[in-house]
Amino acid sequence: MPKSAYQPASRSPVTRNRAFYSVRLWSVRHSRGLERVYNLLAGVFLKLHPFWKFVGYSRAEKPVVLVEKTVKKFLFDCRMCGQCALSDTGMSCPMNCPKSLRNGPCGGVRANGNCEVEPDMPCVWVQAWKGSRQMRAGDNILSVQSPVDHSFSGSSAWLRATAQSAEAAEAEKTGAA
Amino acid sequence: MIATAPADISAPLPPQPGHTSRGRLERVLRAGEFAVTAELNPPDSADPTEVFDRGAVFDGWVDGINATDGSGANCHMSSVGICALLTRVGYSPIMQISCRDHNRIAIQGNVLGAAAMGVNNILCLTGDGVQAGDQPGAKPVFDLDCMSLLRTIRLMRDEGRFLSGRKISSPPQVFLGAAINPFAPPYDFRPLRLAKKIEAGAQFVQSQYCFDIPMLDRYMEQVRDLGLDEKCYILIGVGPLASARAAKWIRSNVPGIHIPDAIIDRLEGAEDQKLEGKKICIEMLQQVREMTGVSGAHVMAYRQEELVAEIVHESGILKGRRPWTRESNPDFEAVTEAFETAKDQFEHPIDPEEAVAAAFEEH
Repeated sequence: MPKSAYQPASRSPVTRNRAFYSVRLWSVRHSRGLERVYNLLAGVFLKLHPFWKFVGYSRAEKPVVLVEKTVKKFLFDCRMCGQCALSDTGMSCPMNCPKSLRNGPCGGVRANGNCEVEPDMPCVWVQAWKGSRQMRAGDNILSVQSPVDHSFSGSSAWLRATAQSAEAAEAEKTGAA
Repeated sequence: MIATAPADISAPLPPQPGHTSRGRLERVLRAGEFAVTAELNPPDSADPTEVFDRGAVFDGWVDGINATDGSGANCHMSSVGICALLTRVGYSPIMQISCRDHNRIAIQGNVLGAAAMGVNNILCLTGDGVQAGDQPGAKPVFDLDCMSLLRTIRLMRDEGRFLSGRKISSPPQVFLGAAINPFAPPYDFRPLRLAKKIEAGAQFVQSQYCFDIPMLDRYMEQVRDLGLDEKCYILIGVGPLASARAAKWIRSNVPGIHIPDAIIDRLEGAEDQKLEGKKICIEMLQQVREMTGVSGAHVMAYRQEELVAEIVHESGILKGRRPWTRESNPDFEAVTEAFETAKDQFEHPIDPEEAVAAAFEEH
């Protein structure tokens, strides 16, 4: 069978081996802790909503993306799709699936739990299922994700989530008043 | 459910109340019969007779014919093309759509086109990775995944809208299917994934090749516990193995197919391996037939399609049910009408100069 046609970003097939996935696998093993950290961070970001609004969400975008990209790329091999599903997928980034599946493993998962496309890579979704079992909101993995909006690619998912929850909170407030 | 127009008795295949399609497969399944589907091996040719010949081997034995969409990431005649040909001669195809080759714009367009051609069943698949096929250099699209594809087509059918929200004047009336593989890890997630597919819109599912009944039993037990067999029709895939060598090759080269050692040993020990392969398939089929929660079987006899009729007949799974016959396709009345009108015009060709002059005079 020919060598895999799919190449993950900035990675040569020659150097591809299991060691590359060690940080990603660590993140899945520690999904519970990361979930807690993320929830804390999301709270802080939401508190900063007036600040983001003052600076302007679009102007804050560039520096936040810089930080977000560095952190998430290291921890999860993030692809900056801009609509992070990590907390719903057991802290295993679904964009690393060669078929970019957002809703669960395909039928081709090997018996050893590795990917059908990249035989050396542990299946993103087998890992996601493991990670989700340790998480408080792990059952989010059972809800259907909508298709990726490719126009958000490269933008900050943190800021988007913050803006959305701020909007939701405001709507609730006006609704209650 | 969608409100259907009052049934016209003279029209063939009237839409049934509560049904989402006019297709035979949905009627058979809803009637509680054990449905049988088969897979057509798509030709590498532009000759329509090849499609008709390959469809003809299933005559009288199956309730639906799957038209594969570049299965195994190999290039063949497109599933839309095959379905267009099959529906013309009264077959009831199950059109497969794989997310590997089309983005959401192309897929929604194909769904409308197929429904206009009289396709009643659509099977939503993610598709094999491009590396598995004959053109590993191709760009993998995977814009949607099988789940969002199901949701998209359901939205088109039930709400009459595209993914963008734009209105569809005549929504596609299709019976929606998906694939399951109970034989790949993570095993405890697999039944929940089926639940997710049902939530996304799957009305029937076809499984990967089954060669391991105990494993299927465990899966079906979980499925029954979740009550999924009542929300969705489950068709289990079976197929004859040509030889022990072929079985070993499939096991190590085709992702997602689980063949236990016992099956390979049995094939190796047999005098006529092909006959033994068929026997194993028939036994699987009979056991699947008796399993609670299973609504049908999907017989995949790749490159041995002529065996399907024998397998279905010898296994006796239809239990005397009247075999399938071709039915005329109501969607083609419109086509016939348009053709009659066009015929008149063939006899009176329009002179471009005259047409220009006529248009000019109007102003």
